[in-house]
Amino acid sequence: MSDASGASTEVELVQLLTPEGVRIDHPQYSFGGGDDQIRAWYRDMVITRRIDTEATALQRQGELGLWASCLGQEAAQIGSGRALGKQDFVFPTYREHGVAWCRGVDPIHLLAFYRGVDLGGWDSVATRFHLYTIVIGAQALHATGYAMGVERDGLVGTGDPDRDAAVVGYFGDGATSQGDVNEAFIFASSYNAPIVFFCQNNQWAISEPIERQSRIPLYRRASGFGFPGVRVDGNDVLAVYAVTTAALERARSGNGPSFIEAYTYRMGAHTTSDDPTKYRLADELEHWRLKDPIERVRAYLSRTGRNDESFFAGVDSEAAEYASDLRARCLALPDPHMLDMFDHVYVEQTPLLATEKSRYADYLESFEDVEPTEAQQAQPAYGGVH
Amino acid sequence: MPVLTMAKALNAGLRRALEADPKVVIAGEDVGKLGGVFRVTEGLQKDFGDHRVIDSPLAESGIVGTAVGMALRGYRPVCEIQFDGFVYPAFDQIVSQVARLHFRSAGRLTVPMVIRVPFGGGIGAVEHHSESPEAYFAHTVGLKVVSCSNPVDAYWMIQQAVASDDPIVFFEPKRRYHEKAEVDEAVSPLPLHAARVVRPGADLTLLAYGPMVRTCLDAAEAAAQEGRELEVVDLRSLSPLDMAVVADSVQKTGRAITVHEAPVNLALGAELAARITEECFYSLEAPVLRVGGFDTPYPPSRVEEEYLPDLDRVLDMVDRSLAY
Repeated sequence: MSDASGASTEVELVQLLTPEGVRIDHPQYSFGGGDDQIRAWYRDMVITRRIDTEATALQRQGELGLWASCLGQEAAQIGSGRALGKQDFVFPTYREHGVAWCRGVDPIHLLAFYRGVDLGGWDSVATRFHLYTIVIGAQALHATGYAMGVERDGLVGTGDPDRDAAVVGYFGDGATSQGDVNEAFIFASSYNAPIVFFCQNNQWAISEPIERQSRIPLYRRASGFGFPGVRVDGNDVLAVYAVTTAALERARSGNGPSFIEAYTYRMGAHTTSDDPTKYRLADELEHWRLKDPIERVRAYLSRTGRNDESFFAGVDSEAAEYASDLRARCLALPDPHMLDMFDHVYVEQTPLLATEKSRYADYLESFEDVEPTEAQQAQPAYGGVH
Repeated sequence: MPVLTMAKALNAGLRRALEADPKVVIAGEDVGKLGGVFRVTEGLQKDFGDHRVIDSPLAESGIVGTAVGMALRGYRPVCEIQFDGFVYPAFDQIVSQVARLHFRSAGRLTVPMVIRVPFGGGIGAVEHHSESPEAYFAHTVGLKVVSCSNPVDAYWMIQQAVASDDPIVFFEPKRRYHEKAEVDEAVSPLPLHAARVVRPGADLTLLAYGPMVRTCLDAAEAAAQEGRELEVVDLRSLSPLDMAVVADSVQKTGRAITVHEAPVNLALGAELAARITEECFYSLEAPVLRVGGFDTPYPPSRVEEEYLPDLDRVLDMVDRSLAY
């Protein structure tokens, strides 16, 4: 059989752990770690899901403006996030909460972003995890340019594992239709940049199915740009780790870009503003529920028979405690002040901004008898004051 | 004290910038071996290598977007957009990414980059090669926008733009690329965002930038023969505006006319008129008037001489202002 492009329709999916929790071999990729590492990733995934659940609840209760859930994509994110070296750099979309967890970004920053407290409060240089990018696919170019900089810094192909660095650009299936993503492929290929394009194909771009974005499996696009592409079971944390590790190694050693299509599923809505019942069938969700990334690890670990019931219970209670603490910290987040917004528009502030700020401060002070509420401070009574 | 064209002055300024800071890189279409279609980067790749003077694939969003990534890595990219009409594919990267990263990160991140755009008409070019898109960028907070009008400013301003920690959109008047002037390195330059009175006069202020500064100087020269003293201000910086220089001039003359190639509706002249009205209301003898391109798309080149403001259109507006 062949598809419209004439290519074979045989789609290979790298898998090392079946949905039933059975380890299987793959001719090219393997996982050499032990069960302790798998337990650690199980914990990562459970806590990521618990944070995600808590954030969704907080949005429903009016405490977040919006939340983009990563439910169902935990293996794609933890598997790739744990493959990263300290020196590697990540450019995420707005849904990479599991990768953020791996990079040591305090989840309170993710909640603050979606609460409307700030536009990205974490230290992206120290965590090597760039701010969330909302415009679809724009970050793929930033990742490529950053990788071009890494290469210019002489940090590729030195053979020193502590020095050689790579960049990972995350995006979704919808983003593969964006010009910026395709331009990123071209620049990365042309300059042989040390980058891994990590696409989580979660099957849906809000209401549009993957068939609307591509007539061929996404990973096959890579060959047209001149670098390898691979489809991995995105709900298999072991396979994602193995495939990402190999792609990162390829980039760090100077062999250029590669493309990973993590084949997964968005179990939840696009965001809390979305209603997927309007465009997809419940049995599709049921089908993917059987491939749950956490359940299969749990099934595997249960089978190893090392007193894992107490381990599972411990992780669950740790996650619950973490979420409860996170909720409290979220509710305690102070609102920002409009007066502070004038300070970081430019490195060197303009006279116009300085004047606007000072006049707005005077305006606030003009309310002699009434102490301005935080809401008033956060929202100017009118816009530009010259 | 060499005499240089504006193109050569920009080239010399870029060379100095590349020499001064190893993190400066140049990227754009044809900037390498060819030296750019206007030869502004001529010889730079030969001397600084293709890792620092980078021929880009033909994708403007890619040029600017990868430059953002390089800036985040500590580089100071100078992007060349080959022609004004080709900047739009990069618009999202410039407006949503370049302009906002410092603000989004509450000041932790900077994207020190320069986006060079040859702009304006008057060279008999085909469609999309004669645009004046500066207002889009001047309207965007987070960007700074400048335009040079002569070789001396070009030489200094490009170096100052590269040294700026804020992103700069740098508009070069392509029809003035071949005008010559003596570039004296011993004369220290104005700050990048300062305007300059290029011809003093007591009767009326002409406010211009880029290609229209020369037109206004010619108009002032002609007016002088009729006994009218026009003051010409070269704004140099479109965002931020140097309102101190503008207001000083208008408070002295009581009359102001803005001159640019861009259509007047919601262009720089509109903001200048509003700011002058606010700051110089009691000095004004006439409303602030605007000379610009017509509110048509840029026309076919054989009629562009009528579209573009020239000495006569400026003087006609001077008559209108003085009639109040």
